[in-house]
Amino acid sequence: MANSNHGDVRLIGAWASPFVMRPRIALNIKSVKYEFIEEQFGSKSELLLKSNPVHKKIPILLHNDKPICESNIIVEYIDEVWSSGPSILPADAHDRAVARFWAAYVDEKWFPNLKGVITAANEEEKHAAVDELREVVVQMEGAYGETSKGEDFFGGDKIGLVDIAFGSMLGWARAIQVMAGVKLLDEEKTPGLVKWADKFSADPAVKDVLPEAEKLLEFSKLLSAKFKAAAASS
Amino acid sequence: MANELILLDTWVSPFGMRVRIALREKGIKFEYKEEDLTNKSDLLLKMNPIHKKIPVLIHNGKPVRESGIIVQYVDEVWHDKAPLLPSEPYPRAQARFWADFVDKKIYDTGRKIWTTKGDEQKSATEEFIGYLKTLEAELGDKPYFGGEKLGYVDVTMIPFYSWFHAYEVSGNFSIESNCPKLMAWAKRCMQHESVSKTLPDPKKVYEFILQLKKRLGIE
Repeated sequence: MANSNHGDVRLIGAWASPFVMRPRIALNIKSVKYEFIEEQFGSKSELLLKSNPVHKKIPILLHNDKPICESNIIVEYIDEVWSSGPSILPADAHDRAVARFWAAYVDEKWFPNLKGVITAANEEEKHAAVDELREVVVQMEGAYGETSKGEDFFGGDKIGLVDIAFGSMLGWARAIQVMAGVKLLDEEKTPGLVKWADKFSADPAVKDVLPEAEKLLEFSKLLSAKFKAAAASS
Repeated sequence: MANELILLDTWVSPFGMRVRIALREKGIKFEYKEEDLTNKSDLLLKMNPIHKKIPVLIHNGKPVRESGIIVQYVDEVWHDKAPLLPSEPYPRAQARFWADFVDKKIYDTGRKIWTTKGDEQKSATEEFIGYLKTLEAELGDKPYFGGEKLGYVDVTMIPFYSWFHAYEVSGNFSIESNCPKLMAWAKRCMQHESVSKTLPDPKKVYEFILQLKKRLGIE
C-alpha cells in the first residue's frame, strides 16, 4: 500500500479551487490515499489558520501533521516523497526549469485574468480579461508543442507539472467560455490544447476531481457576489 | 563538453543578484552581460521572448528564466558544491515556501515605498516592516535561514539588503530599529564574498531609483 511507508496524509481544500485540484491530482497519480478536509465557503477553519498562518489560504497538505503550503510547492513535495510512483517533474534539469517556468506563467498570467472575468465590473473589463486569456492560450499552445515532444501531455507520455498547473484550470476555463460567450480553446487556433484538454480531463487521476462547468457556473454567482461585497466595503 | 554560461542581468536587479550569488557560492565561472533595459539586446529578446526580463542564464545555448527557477537549476546541476536547498523534501518545501513569500511580498511592497507618497506610502512602509518581521520570526535564532550555512532563502532575500537604504530614505523610516535581528543576519551574509562582491553600494541603488523616478515621471 503506497501510504503505509509514508504516514498520515490530509489535504485542506475546497472542491471548486483549481489550486486545490493540483495536489489532489498529484496524490492520485501516486495512488496515495488521503483525507480531504473541505473548507466551508466564506469562512476559514481553525485548522486552516493554524496550518497556514502566513497566507491563510488553501490548499494545505498535512503530512504526519506537518503543513506544506502553496499548490506547486505541494506538488513538488508529493513528487519527491512518493518517488517510487510515476514522476511528475522531468528527469532532466533543463526540462525541469522549463516546466517550472510554465507552471509559474499559469499562475502569473492565466489565473488573475480568469478571476478578472468573474469579478469584472463591466463588459469592457470582462473583454480586457478575455483578451489576456486568449494571449496566454496562444503561448500555452506553443509550450505544449515544444514540451510534449509529440506525446499527449506537456510532460510527454504522462501527466507532469505543467499539465497539472494548467489542467487544474480547465473546469473554470469551460465555465468562463459559457459566462463570457467566448471560445478560449479553439480547434483552429489551439488544436494541440483541444486534444490535450480531452485527454487530461479523462485521465483517471483527474476525472473525479475536475468539477463540471455547470457546477462552477452556479458557484461563480456566489463568488461574484462575495467580491462585489468586499469591493463595496473597502 | 565545455560549460558555457552567460548571465543576462543588470547591476541593480535584486533578482539578478540572486543568480550571481548562487554561481559565486559554487565557484562557477560565468560571463556577465549588462543589459540596458531601455534598449534590450537581441539576445535577451530571443532568450526570453515571453517576459523580456532579466535575469536569464544561458547554459550551453539553452536559456533558463525566472530568478528562483535559475537558482534551483544551478543548485541541481552543480549539486556537489555549496548546496543551497536542503536535501530532504520537507525542509526543501519550507525553503521554497519562504522564497516564494519573499517573491510575493518584498519587491512589490518595497516598490510602493519609493513610488508613492503620503498615506499610501505610510501604509506600504508598515506593510513592508510587517513582512520583514515575519521573516525575522522565521529566522529565529538560526544564523541563516538555511540553518548553519547560506541557503536558498538567504540567497533569495539578501539582495534586498542593498535596497534597504533606498527604502529607508524614501519612506523615512529605519529598518535597523524595527528589525535588528534581520539586519544582523544581513551583515552576517555580507561576510560571504559571494554576497559582498555581488551587492552594489546602497547609495548607488538610491541614486538609481531617483533617476528611475525622474524617467517614470514620479515626483
